[in-house]
Amino acid sequence: MVYRGSEGMWAWVAHRCAGVAVLLFVFVHVADTALIGWGPKYYNLFVKLYSGPAFRLFEIFLAAALLFHALNGVRIMIIDFWEGGTDIQKPLFYGVMALFLVVFIPGAYIMLSPIVRSMLGG
Amino acid sequence: MLVKLKILRFDPDNDKAPHFQNYEADVEPTDRVLDALNAVRWYQDGSLAYRSSCAHGICGSDAMRINRTNRLACKTLIRQVAPNITLEPIRGFPVKRDLIVDLTGFFEQYRNVMPYLVNEDPMPTVERFQSPEDRAKYDDTTKCILCASCTTSCPIFWANTDYIGPAAIVSAHRFIFDSRDQAGGERLDILNSREGAWRCRTIFNCTDACPRDIKVTKAIQDVKRAIMSQKL
Ligand code: FES
Repeated sequence: MVYRGSEGMWAWVAHRCAGVAVLLFVFVHVADTALIGWGPKYYNLFVKLYSGPAFRLFEIFLAAALLFHALNGVRIMIIDFWEGGTDIQKPLFYGVMALFLVVFIPGAYIMLSPIVRSMLGG
Repeated sequence: MLVKLKILRFDPDNDKAPHFQNYEADVEPTDRVLDALNAVRWYQDGSLAYRSSCAHGICGSDAMRINRTNRLACKTLIRQVAPNITLEPIRGFPVKRDLIVDLTGFFEQYRNVMPYLVNEDPMPTVERFQSPEDRAKYDDTTKCILCASCTTSCPIFWANTDYIGPAAIVSAHRFIFDSRDQAGGERLDILNSREGAWRCRTIFNCTDACPRDIKVTKAIQDVKRAIMSQKL
C-alpha cells in the first residue's frame, strides 16, 4: 500500500471496483444475449450455465457490487449537490455501509438458500 | 525514547531505484519528526537529504509521507507516530533526492489559476471595503502554505499529473470568492477545462492531508458548483 487514506479513499476504491465489475458483467450479458442470433441451441446452453450454483455465487457478488455502487452513488450526489455534504462524508459512508448490510445480508440469504438446499438434496 | 526510522532513499546519480535505509534516533515523545531527521543527518549520516526551513508549519517545505500519509515533518509529533516511523517523499512529482521532490510542476499548476487579485477599476483612495460576511466566504482557503500535501495525496493526480490538483484549486477559490476580485469567471473557465476541477472524485485524501486543516474538498466542490451555476 502506498498511501493510507481513510473512509473517502476506500469508498472511492470500492466504487471504482464495483463499477468495473458491473461493466464487465454488462459485456458478458450483451454477448450471451447475442447468442440467440445463432439459434436456441447455443442460447439455451448458456442460460443453463447461468442457473448453476457457481453462477449463483457470481450473481450474489454482482448484486453486492450493484448495491454498493448505487448507495455510494447517492452519497456522492449528496456531496456534489448539497453544500453541507462534504462535512458529513464520513457519517454518510457509514450510513452507506449500514444500509448495504441491511439489504445485502437478507438478499444474499434469499439468493443462496435454494442452492444450498438443492445441494443438500432437499 | 528510541525510534526506528525507515527512510526511502534515492540518489539519481548513483541509484537505479529508491531503497529503504534504517536508522535509529533517540528523541523525546514531544519532539517532531523533523527533530528525528535532524538527529540522523547531524550525527549519523550527513548524506540524508530533506527540506525544511521555518520548522513551524508555515513555509511548507517539509511535506512528506509519514507512515503512508502526507504530513509536515515539523508538525508531526514523535508520540503520534512512534516507535516505527516510515518516511517517504510525497508522491507524483519527480524525486530529486531522498525526501526532496521537484515541485516545478506544482508551482506551474499554481500559476495557471492566476493566484492574485485582479481588479481593473481605478485605484481607490481608500481601502477596497469588504463586509465580514464576504470575507468569510474565502477565509478557509487563505490559509494555504503551498506545501503540496494535498495535491500529492490525490490518487487522481498520481495517475494523471496533468490534473491541476487540489492546491491550485484552493488558491483559485481564494480569489474566485473574493468580492473585490474581477477575474473569477476567467478562473472558473480555467478550472472547467479538461484537467480542471471535474477530475476531482471527492476522495478526501487532500482534506485529511492538509496541515492547515483547510477543507480542501469542500473548496473544490464550491468551485464545481460555481462553474455549474455560471453555465446554467
Ligand atoms: S519546515 Fe516550514 S512548514 Fe515545516
